[in-house]
Amino acid sequence: MESVGLNHWLVVSAMLFGIGVAGVILRRNALVVFMSLEIMLNAANLALVAFARHGGGLDGQVFVFFVITVAAAEVAVGLAILVALFRLRGTVRVSEIAALKL
Amino acid sequence: MILFSLFSVLMLVCAALAVTRRNPVNAAMLLVLSLFCMAGLFVLARAWFLAAAQVLVYAGAIMVLFLFVIMLLDVKEEARRRFSWVAVGGTLLAGSLLLAALAVVIREGRLARVPADAVEGATAAVGRRLFSASLLPFEIASVLLLVATVGVVVLMRAARPSSS
Repeated sequence: MESVGLNHWLVVSAMLFGIGVAGVILRRNALVVFMSLEIMLNAANLALVAFARHGGGLDGQVFVFFVITVAAAEVAVGLAILVALFRLRGTVRVSEIAALKL
Repeated sequence: MILFSLFSVLMLVCAALAVTRRNPVNAAMLLVLSLFCMAGLFVLARAWFLAAAQVLVYAGAIMVLFLFVIMLLDVKEEARRRFSWVAVGGTLLAGSLLLAALAVVIREGRLARVPADAVEGATAAVGRRLFSASLLPFEIASVLLLVATVGVVVLMRAARPSSS
């Protein structure tokens, strides 16, 4: 039975990250863009866990714990901003929310 | 190996579907499934504490928050979108750059030779590390959560015009 090496983990993580990037760039709905951001964060978490598993000690896992914590705070604030924006503009489409665009 | 492939393929397929579904509720549900698969991968990596945290925090709390906001905003299905070719090109460029970097790393090949069973991610060990070496970041994270809570309350009050 072939064992799973670090490369397998990294490939899966990179593919997940690519899916997240595609979602952020291609989607118009700000909520789905936000979900894609979470996918990218999770891809980074997966890579960190893989590095921790393959000889990195426990630091990688502790780091992932902090990433999850910060992601929770980020989601709360981000969704609050989205709700406020929706009340103000009546839409969550990123193409129509362009007040900061040059 | 079998479990790893199963979880990985399921996770990637669910994530891809979540990104491409036009109904945000479907996307959120698929994302929950994807996060569960990632928790399974964490178990395979012997990071049991992180697997539990992943299910509780991500698949539980964060996705419930997402669903609440979807319900609150009453998001309709997205209209069929015209692809902006600049965006597609940017995605392809980013993806190919990432794959190129990964190919370099894999061709170097030094990473994969590290023995796999070097660390046990037991909850007790993670907890000891969390409360000794990284106590200061832990406290900062708690303050960050408090700041986020207060910030959300302030945002919601400010968004409501002339309520009080």
